[in-house]
Amino acid sequence: MAAPRLIPCLDVKDGRVVKGIRFQNLRDAGDPVTQASMYQDQGADEIVILDVSATPEGRGHAVETTSSVRQVLSIPLTVGGGVRKVEDALALLEAGADKVAVNTAAVERPELIGRLAERFGSQCTVLAVDAARRGDDGWEVVVEGGRTRTGQDVVQWIRSAAARGAGEILLTSWDRDGTRTGYDLELLEAVTTAVGIPVIASGGADTADHLQGALESGATAALIASILHDGVTTVDSLKRELLSNGIEVRP
Amino acid sequence: MRTRLIVVPTGTANTASVNAAFRRLGVEPKFAADPDEIRDADFVVLPGVGAFGAAIDRIDEHGFREMLVDRFEEGRPTLAICLGMQLLGEKSEESPTATGLGVIPERVDRLPQDLTVPQLGWNRVVPDPRSRFLEPGWAYFANSYKLAPIPEGWIGATTDYGGNFVSSIERGDVLACQFHPELSGPWGADLLGRWLNGAGGRS
Repeated sequence: MAAPRLIPCLDVKDGRVVKGIRFQNLRDAGDPVTQASMYQDQGADEIVILDVSATPEGRGHAVETTSSVRQVLSIPLTVGGGVRKVEDALALLEAGADKVAVNTAAVERPELIGRLAERFGSQCTVLAVDAARRGDDGWEVVVEGGRTRTGQDVVQWIRSAAARGAGEILLTSWDRDGTRTGYDLELLEAVTTAVGIPVIASGGADTADHLQGALESGATAALIASILHDGVTTVDSLKRELLSNGIEVRP
Repeated sequence: MRTRLIVVPTGTANTASVNAAFRRLGVEPKFAADPDEIRDADFVVLPGVGAFGAAIDRIDEHGFREMLVDRFEEGRPTLAICLGMQLLGEKSEESPTATGLGVIPERVDRLPQDLTVPQLGWNRVVPDPRSRFLEPGWAYFANSYKLAPIPEGWIGATTDYGGNFVSSIERGDVLACQFHPELSGPWGADLLGRWLNGAGGRS
């Protein structure tokens, strides 16, 4: 079977890597090409770049960033953030992304998912979903970096997106993002039992145990950010720990 | 003389990774503009992203079919990647009305329904020891469809995803991979290097 993937995520604003907690208080964390290359050397299975620029000028950097990162990267690259239409996705794919993630625009216009899947194939079409707990009543989709709650049920949304042709789900727990308290495993179980496409767990990773929990909850990949950017650990040491726990990752 | 490596434009995008991989190996790829370029090139790469039917339509629109089939039949240095490998078959469950290149007498089927599909991730490649190009290792896959079994007259590699499927086949200087060598890290780069160096026809 395919090995579970460890995927470092770079949040990029105006061409620079940034980090924050719950998408707020962003601070500079370096150059995307240097960082992507370093994580590739550590054994990353894929890289995700999410452009979090607030302005159209800032977002213009995303294509440039993609192109520069591609030159050094011999592993898959997923790029998201600010993809509003098919042309935005095309520009990123032509620049060197292997997959494109859509989020807010797909919530506003779900037919965008089908258009992307038809044009580029499901294996290129990633739906990013930010999920916030709704008390004891499941999770709702939040958009615009967590600023807007949509009232839409996460599991239903993902099910309909899979039917429209999404090939992979990047599922971020808004409650856990940047907190290092572990992934929201109930959220992962709810989603991975509802759909048959790959789900990437995101939001809250701190330890190899957290990654293992996500994989045992049905995720086929785990996104990691803060703990790598802060130098708390490396991809290879996480992988060694997972291997010693009997999880077969790519060595 | 410079090595001529021609990429067949089968789809809308995603050749940037293939181009970047060959550039890192010191070869500058160029898109095929007309069928003669496919005939004359030292190396041809048939990448593939998107649907079987759409890619075949694109090949036929450009009039590339005959030159491609000739290269594959003659075992000239030609690399087919992912959907590109599936295009060698006769038919695909993905696009039942489309006619593949028919270089191998096989049909492309969907991966079993009870699995996570598409297969997106790294998986083990187990090559026939007689393979000229392949070594055992981990490769990156992004596929919903598969070929099985290894066609007669070809040397192959298999990979397990709810049962074995064909992850690579080779014959002469033709190499076809279900995985993406350009996205398979150093293992994939080494494979591309062996194909460039080992395949004949380099001018």
